[in-house]
Amino acid sequence: MQNSPEYIRQLLSDIYQKESRPVFATLIRLLGDFDSAEDALHDAFKAALEQWTENGIPSSPRAWLISTGRFKAIDRIRRQSKFNPLQIQQVRQMEADTADPSKQIDKEIEDDVLRLIFTCCHPALALDTRTAMTLREVCNLTTEEIASAFLATSSTIAQRIVRGKAKIRETKIPFEVPQQHELPDRLGTVLQVIYLVFNEGYYASSGATVTRVDLSSEAIRLGRLLHDLLPSPEVTGLLGLMLLHESRRPARTTAAGDLILLEDQDRSLWNRDMIAEGTSLVEQAFLSKPPGLYTLQAAIAALHAEAKNAEATDWAQIAGLYTLLLRINPSPVIELNRAVAIAMHKGPEAGLLHIEAILERGELKDYPLAYSARAELCRRAGRTGEARISWERALSLTQQDPERRFIERKLQELGP
Amino acid sequence: MKYICLGYINEKAWGSASEDEQKAMMDECFAYDDELRKNGHFVGGEALQGSQNATTISWRNGNVSVTDGPFAETKEQIGGIMILEATDLNHAIRLLSNHPSVRLLREKGCWEIRPAADLTMMIDESERRRKL
Repeated sequence: MQNSPEYIRQLLSDIYQKESRPVFATLIRLLGDFDSAEDALHDAFKAALEQWTENGIPSSPRAWLISTGRFKAIDRIRRQSKFNPLQIQQVRQMEADTADPSKQIDKEIEDDVLRLIFTCCHPALALDTRTAMTLREVCNLTTEEIASAFLATSSTIAQRIVRGKAKIRETKIPFEVPQQHELPDRLGTVLQVIYLVFNEGYYASSGATVTRVDLSSEAIRLGRLLHDLLPSPEVTGLLGLMLLHESRRPARTTAAGDLILLEDQDRSLWNRDMIAEGTSLVEQAFLSKPPGLYTLQAAIAALHAEAKNAEATDWAQIAGLYTLLLRINPSPVIELNRAVAIAMHKGPEAGLLHIEAILERGELKDYPLAYSARAELCRRAGRTGEARISWERALSLTQQDPERRFIERKLQELGP
Repeated sequence: MKYICLGYINEKAWGSASEDEQKAMMDECFAYDDELRKNGHFVGGEALQGSQNATTISWRNGNVSVTDGPFAETKEQIGGIMILEATDLNHAIRLLSNHPSVRLLREKGCWEIRPAADLTMMIDESERRRKL
């Protein structure tokens, strides 16, 4: 039965999956407020369940939902605003707005999704607020899902979202895509959120297992969405970077959840489709000069992906890319990575010179990976005693169970 | 919408700039202020005398207390305020980002933007209460 309640229910559930975000985003633009748009969205789907069974399925469900949501919102405000002149004025204005939302072209609705992304990732919001809001409003995760992914409580996440929406409303953060000259900076805060979500899933900052699949695939989905809407080079670069990292997931850990270093991974487990897609994205992104932060990191990941093993890796080019990366983003962690690449290229002593210099400056004195890298290079250089001291230092600093087991194994391998 | 901009400045670092540097910076800032005025974005504003001339009034032990100095002893002190008329926060950010002081003061200062709170409803309610 085409119009049976069961059929409509199933159809609406599919439509909700695909259309709830574009409809929600357009309702925010039309109603000027996140909470009203959320109410309107639910009202529209409720009305669809009732009316489509009776009257049949509209030719454009998206346009129907937007139009119905808007009318329901106007109704709601009118009911609540009998004595409030401000709201009455708002209703008149909304009714006078003659643009029929059902006539809106899909391009404009796509722009609304982009507006939603930029609003949720506005730099005036704190990073953890931006992240929670993006996952809630753009990805449509529940606060419970976000909370469990970040090992936080639901009330903490809910509070962040409430505060974020309040700041957007009260300080009047507009629902808009930034102007062209502001785009590079503003895009940066969006990409930062996406990459944070990806890394939170990929590296899981604390807790028992190393990877949490959901957040990484959510970030890739978000990256794809942004890439469709705004294919600027750094968006392309970030999507490539995430795919290239993700391609290694099956090889990153043992069945018991222990970490396997890049050089020890079984490269036949790497996902070739993701590598092919990621590499082609990097090549596209590299066409724009000068390459940005994410594009450079993606290019490094692509060089690893194309190598048959650690020895066959083009370490000289990787070290060169890290040098470019340091120029646009001075960071001791990138310096550390460059030191490791130099060690692979020119031998452990050459790398150790750089690591000692970084550690002497004190910026990485609490960073376990700095001592792990130093330990490994000392071992290769035959400086076993120093290797042991560094592994022990790394062990005292790490907060991850798999990393702890990894270091303990390395200490055992050094012998008594 | 009105946005109050609080300009913070590291007084010591500012004081150590040469007179020529200070003058050049003032010229640029005043020119931009004029532009803001001309376009109707500058609702008001004042520069403040140094924090050595600040006096703090508070309630201590059942009395009004008057003490020397600013409320908080920090490296950056409020050096001036400006009230901008802007359509939204992005507009206010744009207007202020172009203020030469941001670029010229570098790490010696910063601006904080706070939208004006609309107390119209509160005032109306309060007036109703007081007429009782």
